[in-house]
Amino acid sequence: MNLWSYLQQHSGDLAGWTWTTVWLAALPLLVGLAIALPLGWLASRLRWTYPPLVTATGILYTIPSLVLFIVLPGLLGTRILDTVNVAVALTAYTVALLVRIVADGLSSVSTTTLSAASAMGYTARQRLFGVQLPIAVPVIGAGLRVAAVSNVSLVSVASIIGVPQLGRMFIDGSNLSTLGPIVDGLIAFVVLALVFDGLILLGIRTLSPWAKQALA
Amino acid sequence: MIRFESVTKRFRGGGIAVDALDLEAPTGKITVLVGPSGCGKTTSLRMVNRMVEPTSGRIWLDDRDTAKVRPATLRRGIGYVIQQAGLFPHRTVVDNVATVPVLLGLPRRDARRQALDLLERVGLPRELGERYPAQLSGGQQQRVGVARALAADPPVMLMDEPFSAVDPVVRAQLQDEFLRLQGELGKTILFVTHDIDEAIKLGDQVAVLRTGGRLAQVATPAELLSHPADAFVAGFVGRDRGYRALGFAAAGELPLAHEPVVTVGDALAATPPRAVDGWALVVDAERRPLGWLAVGGLGEAQLSGPVVEDLLNLGGTLATESGTLREALDAALSSPSGRGVIVDEDGRFAGTVTASEVLTRIERRASVLRQEAIESAAAEVIALQP
Ligand SMILES: Nc1ncnc2c1ncn2[C@@H]1O[C@H](COP(=O)(O)OP(=O)(O)OP(=O)(O)O)[C@@H](O)[C@H]1O
Ligand SMILES: [Mg+2]
Repeated sequence: MNLWSYLQQHSGDLAGWTWTTVWLAALPLLVGLAIALPLGWLASRLRWTYPPLVTATGILYTIPSLVLFIVLPGLLGTRILDTVNVAVALTAYTVALLVRIVADGLSSVSTTTLSAASAMGYTARQRLFGVQLPIAVPVIGAGLRVAAVSNVSLVSVASIIGVPQLGRMFIDGSNLSTLGPIVDGLIAFVVLALVFDGLILLGIRTLSPWAKQALA
Repeated sequence: MIRFESVTKRFRGGGIAVDALDLEAPTGKITVLVGPSGCGKTTSLRMVNRMVEPTSGRIWLDDRDTAKVRPATLRRGIGYVIQQAGLFPHRTVVDNVATVPVLLGLPRRDARRQALDLLERVGLPRELGERYPAQLSGGQQQRVGVARALAADPPVMLMDEPFSAVDPVVRAQLQDEFLRLQGELGKTILFVTHDIDEAIKLGDQVAVLRTGGRLAQVATPAELLSHPADAFVAGFVGRDRGYRALGFAAAGELPLAHEPVVTVGDALAATPPRAVDGWALVVDAERRPLGWLAVGGLGEAQLSGPVVEDLLNLGGTLATESGTLREALDAALSSPSGRGVIVDEDGRFAGTVTASEVLTRIERRASVLRQEAIESAAAEVIALQP
């Protein structure tokens, strides 16, 4: 079976698969970032919370994804083939990856800059959102790019537990002992990863025009 | 006016950073805090805008007790220039300058327009406004730092070593412009430096702190040089303080000697009669001194063509008639002809003086001061006797 015929055969499924894959990779990224930001802020703000938070999330990251996909239904009370399992697992990985990066990014803002902000009359909140966070955007964004690419590739692993998405191509290819679908899947995931990476890069550039050289 | 009332700061786990400081920084004047590293200068400064809270004592801004004002509100009313400029790297120069007005609720457009005007005021072209701080030189960053502190037109300014991160030439330039600006604005300024020369140049009043955060002396620069309160201040003020004190002594009416001058463009052949001891002073068409021409070394053959600026020795400094004894002495000592060039207020040549004439002046002034010192010391002794 060649590359093209497999796609033609499944042309009705492709849109649905792509959509599922995209949101399975994207949603955990956004939710994970939303959780990592306050945790990372806490770790940077209260020094004593840094080691436990970073260690705990670090350990989370070392759990093999397959184990997580299988254990989560028990913990969450979901069915074993539920997409929620995958979404939660990927969110956990994103948080694991980003907590340390957010904490380090926020702490990397120089004390001179922070003192200047305080001296100008910023409240602690204004300083966090107006100075500290914007300056940390390139660092956090770089972490987000790693998380995005890693999420996309983890989604493909999730196909093993039967969620219908682009990862199906690998299963089909291996079941039919033919290379076509596998190459199709490979191209699809690489393109998807590049699109995610490009979008995030664009976001960072828009938010941090000042850091142009640093990102090049 | 900023008034420290018996202010002490003891850091947790550390020693005393500032010890029972009593100090008043008068309205519209520059008060310089100077002292060795770690003597509590920055801490003192930061207690004024409550970035550091005093352990005891009070700090007043006119009749307001700073402890009773919300910190963010207090700080928006006080200009602060931080060491190393401390600009926000993620904001353009213009947005850096507009920071406090925007915090105070001014529409961003208006704040930006005003920020551009301020850039010019501190000697920067408006075009720099759209750059980011990383794209500026150190000296430019310092100027932006000053503009940012001035943006909301606060009556009080705190400046922590604002000119320390630049080379000596740029520093001198920034200091001169700062003095000119202060002449126009008349802010109440508390200025921190560890450089005694900067303190003496900029301060209307200088407060010397010693290690442990104790005040050693508060005085005018001239007084500090002529009457250091103790051995610590004397040592800190430095070696050539006798010479530097002349920088605060008005030259008064110097005995100016007449000097024939050569105008640039005159024929070289016409210069020998106008030279004294082999040197002729060359001026421009407005009678402003340009430099000295060594006529003595030129033979008949070389005395052709006009006098051009390339031929001149530019080694001599100029002193103004209303200047100080230090300027006059320096003009005489640096002049290749040994005759110091004195100019009037408009920069036109007024006459020359020799070093020995200036020294006579200095000696005469010193003998008056010695007499005064004897009398005041005697008065003190008499007052102390029962
Ligand atoms: N946050 C802090 N916690 C503990 N000790 C501090 C703190 N800030 C300053 N100190 C100590 O207080 C003393 C005075 O510090 P300060 O920064 O006011 O010195 P300074 O005169 O500004 O020195 P420099 O010229 O080096 O800037 C120093 O001994 C310093 O170590
Ligand atoms: Mg300091």
